[in-house]
Amino acid sequence: MLSARTEHRRAWWQASPAMIWLGLFFLAPLVLIVLYSFQSRASDGTVAWTWTLENYAKLLRDGSFWRTLWLSTWIALVVTLITLLISYPLAYFMATRPKRWRSALLFAVMLPFWTNFLVRIYAWKVLLGNNGVINQVLAGVGLEPIAIINSQWAVLLALVYGELPYMILPLYAALERFDWTQMEAAHDLGAGRVQAFTRIMLPQTLAGITAGAILVFVPTVGTFAVSDILGGTDGFMIGNLLDLHFRSTPNWPYGAAISMLFMLLLLGAIALYLKATREETDGENPG
Amino acid sequence: MAKTLADQHIQTKRRRSRPVARRRLPWGAWALTLNAVVAYTFLYAPIIILVLFSFNAAKFGAEWQGFTTQWYSDLFADRRLQAAAITSVQIAGVSTVIATVIGTLAALALEKQGWGGRRAFDSGLYLPVIIPDIVMAVSLLGFFTLAFRGLQTWLGLNIQMGLLTVIIAHVAFNISFVTVVVRTSLANFDRRLEEAAADLGATPWQTFWRIKLPLIAPGIIGGALLAFTLSLDDFVVTFFARGPGLNTMTTEVYGRIKKFISPEINAISTLMLLASSSLVLASLWMQRRQTSS
Repeated sequence: MLSARTEHRRAWWQASPAMIWLGLFFLAPLVLIVLYSFQSRASDGTVAWTWTLENYAKLLRDGSFWRTLWLSTWIALVVTLITLLISYPLAYFMATRPKRWRSALLFAVMLPFWTNFLVRIYAWKVLLGNNGVINQVLAGVGLEPIAIINSQWAVLLALVYGELPYMILPLYAALERFDWTQMEAAHDLGAGRVQAFTRIMLPQTLAGITAGAILVFVPTVGTFAVSDILGGTDGFMIGNLLDLHFRSTPNWPYGAAISMLFMLLLLGAIALYLKATREETDGENPG
Repeated sequence: MAKTLADQHIQTKRRRSRPVARRRLPWGAWALTLNAVVAYTFLYAPIIILVLFSFNAAKFGAEWQGFTTQWYSDLFADRRLQAAAITSVQIAGVSTVIATVIGTLAALALEKQGWGGRRAFDSGLYLPVIIPDIVMAVSLLGFFTLAFRGLQTWLGLNIQMGLLTVIIAHVAFNISFVTVVVRTSLANFDRRLEEAAADLGATPWQTFWRIKLPLIAPGIIGGALLAFTLSLDDFVVTFFARGPGLNTMTTEVYGRIKKFISPEINAISTLMLLASSSLVLASLWMQRRQTSS
């Protein structure tokens, strides 16, 4: 057998390309953003190297920033909740089918997910447009047209559509592993359906819910393309604000301060959420 | 004898308990099926409509005005779009190869226990998955701009953002995904096989190439396919890291759909759908062949 020292040296050697690449092209840019956020704006919108706290002071007073942050959080929470409410029963349905059906059902979930996501957003533009498919159909049966294109509702709908598979997959994985005889055991011991679900099934699939919620919430709260194409001014989210300050009307230091605050709040929320769900599971199964 | 009786009892109980449960709440099963039908319709309806409308003769609006393949022939004459598609495949190909090698090595390193820095490396690797891509995109824009200005002033090198910066960025977000996938296949790898090979006199190098690599190859291929798909699919990071003039399939499509609806885009969408689903089917078929042989 190899000695522990040789093993460790080899591990370092194998890890080093990833460390260097991510250090240079992932961590260093993030550190740079931290530095940028404490600088003042140069005349071309990039960074003049003079230290200041002005960006953060301005950010705290900036009502439009907080409104945008609130809209993004609200949309992401609603999207996460709706995808969960659709996906849990769907994953339950999939996991209770005969084995030969399951892989086909799973594949059918994955297929639309492998189309380019811009194409999926575009499909909603075709459907929801003022002269779009839905309004043509509504006019055909003599109903009032709906006007939700260029609003936060269109963004919400397209996000639910786009993120659904990210919720279904972890829930299906959790429910497929679930030992269904435990539910029968619970019924035999006198538990009702609701009780058996909340005490047996829910705790054991909580890891899947957590994974799905994070997989859906993070890209949703930071979305740029969906709200840019379908949202108009009503559906203007944090991603669009960052685009504004880094590209359209550059103010890099201010944009950097926004990304910093946004990232800190997001990572903090994820950490809290993980801690809460972990305590929940620990409480249910001691040891 | 007692055991068989108990078994029989359990079996009859099982046989009985299912229909009882179903009779108790028939609407439960109905609701589940209904939810599934609605969910699958929701997933497929927009895509089916896109495919249908790619054959619609109407240039504007959503009214059906007859069948045509005109939009497809327009596409084949569209040089700009073809160039964008080639760029996309080049970026995806190169970044996938680099990310797969680096990510597999990282997974092999994480398999070994007890080296200093393992914990930090492990959690650090997941950051690119958790951080929203828009934050990664703007930070890369800031980084490359500063780095190239520095090279210009100090070394007189004139480098612009473009193909290279997009490839670098794609590798950066793909390493983590490859590592995650390869790690799951390493977790299933029986380490006693390595010990057996070493006992039989194989060098660590031989053991790796002849025993370990072939056995974890499905995981590596799976990771590479994921990286390729993510690279082809990426818009946000590409959009910010590409510099002026470079267009991939996603940035080109974005530029067109931002402005208007055009039947040509429906045709692009249909072709993209065909391409990605045949890629997926091919990978599934390969996996099935691997498990059956």
